Amino acid sequence: MSVQQQPEPRPPAAPPPGGAGAANVTPAAVAGGATAPLVEMRHISVAFGGVKAVDNVSIDVRPGEVVGLVGGNGAGKSTLMRSLSGAHKADSGEILIDGKPVTIANPRDAKNAGIETIYQTLALADNINAPANLFLGREILTGVGTLDDSAMEDATRKVMGRLNPNFKRFRSPVRNLSGGQRQSVAIARAVHFNAKVLIMDEPTAALGPAETEQVRELIRQLKSEGLGIFLVSHDIHDVIDLAERISVMYHGRLVGTVDKTDVTIDEVLGMIILGQPPDKLNREQIQSLR
Amino acid sequence: MTSSVATSEHETGSLRDRVMDLVRATEIDGRLLGMIVTLIGIEIGFGLYTGGSILSPVNLLTFATQAVQIAIIATGMVLVIVSRNIDLSVGSVLGVVAMTYAVLMHEVFPTTIGVDTPYGWLIALGAGLLIGIILGAIQGFLIAYMKIPSFVVTLGGLLAFRGLVFDISGGSTQAPDDTQFVVLGGGPLGSLGGTISWAFGAVIIVAIALYLYYNRRQRRRFGFPVRPMWAEVGIGVVGLLIVVGGVAISNAYHWPAGLIEQYAAQHGISPEGLVIEAGVPWPAVILLAVTLVMTFLATKRKFGRYVYAIGGNPEAAELGGINTRWTIMKIYILMGILCAISAAISSAQINGATNDLGNGYELLVISAAVIGGTSFAGGVGTIPGAVLGAIVIYALRYNLQYIGLPSNNQDIVIAVVLIAAVAFDTYSRRNAT
Ligand SMILES: Nc1ncnc2c1ncn2[C@@H]1O[C@H](COP(=O)(O)OP(=O)(O)OP(=O)(O)O)[C@@H](O)[C@H]1O
Ligand SMILES: [Mg+2]
Repeated sequence: MSVQQQPEPRPPAAPPPGGAGAANVTPAAVAGGATAPLVEMRHISVAFGGVKAVDNVSIDVRPGEVVGLVGGNGAGKSTLMRSLSGAHKADSGEILIDGKPVTIANPRDAKNAGIETIYQTLALADNINAPANLFLGREILTGVGTLDDSAMEDATRKVMGRLNPNFKRFRSPVRNLSGGQRQSVAIARAVHFNAKVLIMDEPTAALGPAETEQVRELIRQLKSEGLGIFLVSHDIHDVIDLAERISVMYHGRLVGTVDKTDVTIDEVLGMIILGQPPDKLNREQIQSLR
Repeated sequence: MTSSVATSEHETGSLRDRVMDLVRATEIDGRLLGMIVTLIGIEIGFGLYTGGSILSPVNLLTFATQAVQIAIIATGMVLVIVSRNIDLSVGSVLGVVAMTYAVLMHEVFPTTIGVDTPYGWLIALGAGLLIGIILGAIQGFLIAYMKIPSFVVTLGGLLAFRGLVFDISGGSTQAPDDTQFVVLGGGPLGSLGGTISWAFGAVIIVAIALYLYYNRRQRRRFGFPVRPMWAEVGIGVVGLLIVVGGVAISNAYHWPAGLIEQYAAQHGISPEGLVIEAGVPWPAVILLAVTLVMTFLATKRKFGRYVYAIGGNPEAAELGGINTRWTIMKIYILMGILCAISAAISSAQINGATNDLGNGYELLVISAAVIGGTSFAGGVGTIPGAVLGAIVIYALRYNLQYIGLPSNNQDIVIAVVLIAAVAFDTYSRRNAT
C-alpha cells in the first residue's frame, strides 16, 4: 500500500506528531517518479491568530492528474488551496512549479504561473454580468484601449456553450443568476485562460445532476489535455470517480495521500473522520463508521 | 430572440407589462427614464401653478446653471459611493481651490505677471487643478493604502480644508475676478451665443447618431441581438428633440437691456431693436463634457469596471488580480479634479470667492448621487443618474423659492424626495427578478 504520510520536515524543525509512519521520501519518489510534479507544495503552514489552519502540509499534482483533497469542515482544504492561488500568503513552506521554486504573493502571480482557481465562495462581483466577471482583471480591450464588451461576451458565450449550454443570461448582473448558474460562471472563468493547474474548491456544490455530469466530463477532458487539477470535494464518490490520488486533511494536518486503487471508500472515510492513515485503523474503527 | 433578456423572461400580459416590455426593448435604464419623467412633471406642475412664468428661459437657465456645480462633483461621488466609500470633503476642497483662484488672480498676478494677462486665468486653473489633485491624492492615499475609513479621512478633510480656506484668504472675501475667467460662470456673457449654440447642437446630434450606429455595428459583428429598428430611431429622435429644445430655450434668452446698451456703445451702434441671443451657457457645456468623460471612464475603461467590481465584491476584485488600492486612490484624485472644475464655475459665478463657498455641498452632492440611483450598499449607480439627481434637486429648490417657500421648507421637500427615491429603489429591487 503506497501511503504517503506527512514527509519529515527538514532539520532543524521538530518531527511532526504522528508523522513516524512508513518510509517516506518525497511524494514524487514514492509515486514512482513516472512524471515530475507540475506543482509541489512543501511544508505549507498557515495560521489565523492562534488557529493553525494548515500545519506543515505537503501535496503535489502531476500533469494530467486529478488529486482529490478531502477532509471535514474546517480541515484546512480551502486555506491550503488559497495559499496556492495567491489569495492568502502562507506563513511558511515553499511552492514549486515544474520543479522550480516560485513566489506566489498575490492572485496575479498565481495566474501568471498558469494556476486558475474556482473558489468555494465563487468570488464573483454580483453587480456586473457574466462576461465582466469572466474577464475581471484580464479584460479584452479594443485598439483604442476601451473595454471590448462585445468580444468578451462572445468569448463567454463560447465557453459557456461547452459548460452549460442552457445558459442565456449574458447581460444580467450575476446577482440575478441561480446558484448553479453562478457556479458555471466561476468554472468558465477558471477554464477559459488555458490554465496548467486548476484548483476546484467544491465546484459542483450548487449544480444540478445534469450540470454536475457536465463538469465531471469537463474535468476528464481537461485531465486528458494534461492539466493538473486539485479537486476539493465532500462527495467521496465524485473524488473516487475522478481522482488518481486522494490527499486527506484533518485539523490542519495532512493525514496522508493515497492512490485511489489502493483504498476502499471506507478507508478514505476513516482517514477523514478519524484522522488516521488506513494502516493505523483497525477493522472495528472502520466498521464503527457505518 | 429579438432583443434583450426581456423577451425570453417575460410573457406579455397586462398593459403595464407590455409598456415595460417596450421600454425594455429600447434598453434604456428605467431609473433614468423615471427621473426624466419626474423632472418634466416638476416643471409642468410648477408651470401650471405659476401660470407658465416659471418656465421662462431665464428661469430654466438659472436653475440649470446653479445645478452644474453640484452635478459635476456628483459624477465623481457616484464612483466614490459605488466603491463603498464616501467623500465628505468636497465642499471644503472646492472652497480651497476657489479661494486659490481668487487669490492668485487678485493678489498674486497683479504684482507678478500683471492684471488681465491673456493666460493668467489658465495658470490659475492649472494651479487649482493641481491643488485638487494633491488634496484628493492625500485623502485617497490615507483611505486606500493606510486603510483608514473614508468617512473619517474625509470628515477630517472637511474640517481641515475649510480651515485652510481662511489661511489662504487671510480671512477676507476675494473679488473681483479676471474677465476671461468669469465667462466660466455662465450668464449672458458666459454663453456660446446663438449661432455657435446651433452649431454645438448639430455636433451633438451627429455624435448621437454615430454612437448609435457604432453600437449597432459592434453588436452585429458578433451576431448578438440588436435593438429593434424602431427603438433605435426612437432614441435618436428623442435625443434630437432634447438637443434642439435645449438650444432653442438657451437662444430664447436674450441679453438684458443694460448689457445691450453697453455693447451698442462699445461698437458704436444703436441699441434700438438690437437683440442678442445668449445661447448655451458655458457651465452647461462643461457639465456635458464632464458627464461624457465620466460616463466613458465608468463604462468603457478598465478603471470604471474595477470600481464597480470593488463595490460589488471587494474580495472578488482582489482575487481577480485588480490593484484595488490604486483604483480607490484614483477615484479620490478624480474627485479633486472635479472639485477644481466645479470651483472654477462657482467662483466665476460669484465673481470671486468667499470663505464659506462650498459649505454644505457634500450633502447636496451625496443627495444628487443617491436620488440618481446610487446605492450605499455599493456597486450600483450611474453617472447620468447623478447629474439628473442634481438637476431635480435644483429644479425643486429654485421653483419652491420662486413661489415663495422659505428655504427651511425647501429642505424639507428635498428630504422627502431623497427618501422617496431610495424607498422606490428598495421597493423595486425587492420586486425585481
Ligand atoms: N480568514 C480567516 N480568518 C480566520 N480563520 C480562518 C479564516 N479562514 C479560515 N479560517 C479557519 O481556518 C480553518 C480551516 O478553514 P478552511 O476554510 O480552510 O476549511 P475547509 O477545509 O475548506 O472547510 P470546508 O469543508 O468547510 O470548506 C478553520 O478553522 C477556519 O475557521
Ligand atoms: Mg473550504
